[in-house]
Amino acid sequence: MKDMRPTLMLFIAFTLLLGGAYPLVVTGMAQLAFPSQANGSFIADAGGVSVGSRLIGQPFTGAKYFWPRPSATDGFPYNPMASGGSNAGPTNPDYLKTVAQRVRALRESGVTRTLPAELVQASASGLDPEISPQGAAIQAERVARARGMKAVDLERLIAKHTQGRQLGFIGEPRVNVLELNLALDTMK
Amino acid sequence: MNNYGWMQTIVFFVILLAAVKPFGAYLARVFRGERTFLSPLLVPCENLLYRVCGVDRNEEMPWRRYALSLVLFNLAGGVALFAILLLQGALPLNPQKLTSFPWHLALNAAVSFMTNTNWQAYSGETSASYFTQMFGFTVHNFLSAATGIAVAIATIRGFARHRTELIGNFHVDLTRSILYVLLPVSLLVAPLLVSQGVIQNLSPYKMMPLVQPLTYDKAKVDGGGNAVRDARGNAVTERVVVREVTVPMGPVASQEAIKELGTNGGGFFNANSAHPYENPTPFTNLIEAFLILLIGASLTLTFGEMTGNTRQGWAILAVMLALLVLAVGINYAAESAGNPLVAKLGVQQVNLEGKETRFGVAGSALFSSATTGTSCGAVNAMHDSMTPLGGMVPLSLILLSEVVVGGVGTGLYTMIAFVVIAVFVAGLMIGRTPEFLGKKIEVAEMWMSIVTVMTSGVLVLFFTTLALWTPQAVASMANPGAHGLSEILYAFASMSNNNGSAFAGLAANTLFYNLTGSLAMFVGRFAPIVASLAMAGSLAGKKYVPPSLGTLPTDKVPFALWLSLVILVVGALTFFPALSLGPIVEHVTMLGGK
Repeated sequence: MKDMRPTLMLFIAFTLLLGGAYPLVVTGMAQLAFPSQANGSFIADAGGVSVGSRLIGQPFTGAKYFWPRPSATDGFPYNPMASGGSNAGPTNPDYLKTVAQRVRALRESGVTRTLPAELVQASASGLDPEISPQGAAIQAERVARARGMKAVDLERLIAKHTQGRQLGFIGEPRVNVLELNLALDTMK
Repeated sequence: MNNYGWMQTIVFFVILLAAVKPFGAYLARVFRGERTFLSPLLVPCENLLYRVCGVDRNEEMPWRRYALSLVLFNLAGGVALFAILLLQGALPLNPQKLTSFPWHLALNAAVSFMTNTNWQAYSGETSASYFTQMFGFTVHNFLSAATGIAVAIATIRGFARHRTELIGNFHVDLTRSILYVLLPVSLLVAPLLVSQGVIQNLSPYKMMPLVQPLTYDKAKVDGGGNAVRDARGNAVTERVVVREVTVPMGPVASQEAIKELGTNGGGFFNANSAHPYENPTPFTNLIEAFLILLIGASLTLTFGEMTGNTRQGWAILAVMLALLVLAVGINYAAESAGNPLVAKLGVQQVNLEGKETRFGVAGSALFSSATTGTSCGAVNAMHDSMTPLGGMVPLSLILLSEVVVGGVGTGLYTMIAFVVIAVFVAGLMIGRTPEFLGKKIEVAEMWMSIVTVMTSGVLVLFFTTLALWTPQAVASMANPGAHGLSEILYAFASMSNNNGSAFAGLAANTLFYNLTGSLAMFVGRFAPIVASLAMAGSLAGKKYVPPSLGTLPTDKVPFALWLSLVILVVGALTFFPALSLGPIVEHVTMLGGK
């Protein structure tokens, strides 16, 4: 039938154009114009050694560091090879037990205020690099105690690392946990 | 809920409304074959393609040949993708040495991408090589979107033309969709996404040191992958220290742009548009949601423009947007009200399980409604973890056959089927001959509209029932009770309507779901397409009947309300029993557990 040739030829032509040329052209543009972002937004320390990506969260657990959100990635928390959420439904008994455990852990660390939700609920990606400014604020006292610093100084540091809504109204205010903790380490 | 959330939502819809008119008019020019501002650049490329591929651009097709060319083209693509997935291990651009897909997963993924569903029973970062992502998935993101647009345009021609059997040339419509619409917008948006942090490279995955090494207890497994247990039957664990982790890389931005614009929705990574490398900022979140809705919303005005009745286009768009805004509002309210079972533990009252900090509830509500009102299926939040009523919103939008605003092309031709049904029922009630845009609605049109509208409903209920009868299928549920039923219902709703999002807890990579899903996706895609093209053929052959005093006006507010009602009633009658056993029971349980 006569539509066979256009069918196959168009498919081959578009595969080369859209699967080959298009991604390569975009890669070229990206690498020229935005090399840091295109390669993963990695942060380097003073010596030029990579210390992580500002977009990929890390599983801080020590009292000396600000903690990120819980992560439900497979294997271990904040596993970048297994992005994903818990997919737990809101009435799942196992899920509610897990949340209660997280609440207990935060209470034991000395927090008495109402807990910001993101600190006890896992993110969608499991790699969320950020928490809310309130989520950082309620941890300031603990971190200050562990490091022998003043909570006021840490609150100032949090304010300095708080990103507002984009253009003043898009999204939510947030604090990048890795950047905040790296700044902490340079303060001592 | 806060004022910023509402402001962001309102500004978003204002910008969308401002964009649809010029973009819809541009689409009309493209598919009438008129000159556009891109013509000087693209006409030579287009002509070259036609010459090399043996396409006669002036030869138009009757509906049967149009449909056959379309199915043939899609099948060729599906077979090629199936082969790529089976041979992945031996193909280039595979720095991680990923192995080939098992056959039933390959079949499911091939049908999934061919049908614009992008249901994913695999995780991208651990399963798909760069070759597969580029030459397989990115290509099909374009082709399946262009196929949808072609069907919508052919359906429009059915109304716009009189006494002819020709509804256009599939190969020309496909080519013009790609060259004039999908590719230029993608090329424009992809670098913008990169500027915000979406990655775009071909590097091997990177090793990233952890500032604070992580110590955890890992369950020990034997050589066969089974958990090792001690004498008492407890799992044996060993202490593991993680000092560095592997971060996946890849050409993400180029795929992200077309994934949203073409309402495909297949994530480069498992977490899809929740992943910081796919959707790094609140701004990219709005751009991606905008792309998801752009073509579907604009095509209503293309419809108005090409049929010479722009009010009709606006009337259809008004119905779509009214339902969409309602959906966003309900989801935003339900998720902000949060989960009382968590709040009573002393936690702020908002549900952030499965949501990203940067988007918050407002950005997640907007995206989840946009992605399920269309056939996109990309997710920036985990629908499985939403509150029962919040999660019912995306589920309901899919079950309403995705006409709010609908996928590229699919939204318009499905909506036209609803309009035909609404006109027909209204005609019966007031005793007038049903007419729409000067065409008499007769038995053939009714049949085809019913097929278009009801196919997915029949598939959803049939396969959900089948799954509930199959013990292996029930075992895939991640959450117990009513929520587990919602997971299975959502899975088949998603596949039959070619959405691709999931209540993702369901362990869907099994023989049962891969095979039944492939069938649901295939029939759910092509039955409505062939029915719409058949209706276009039938309508194009009819003569134009000028409106008289007895004609029901279809471009005014009363008809728009009637149309909304018809959509809701058809959806409610089909799915109310299933919804009341899933989300509604769970909502009552949740409130009762306070």
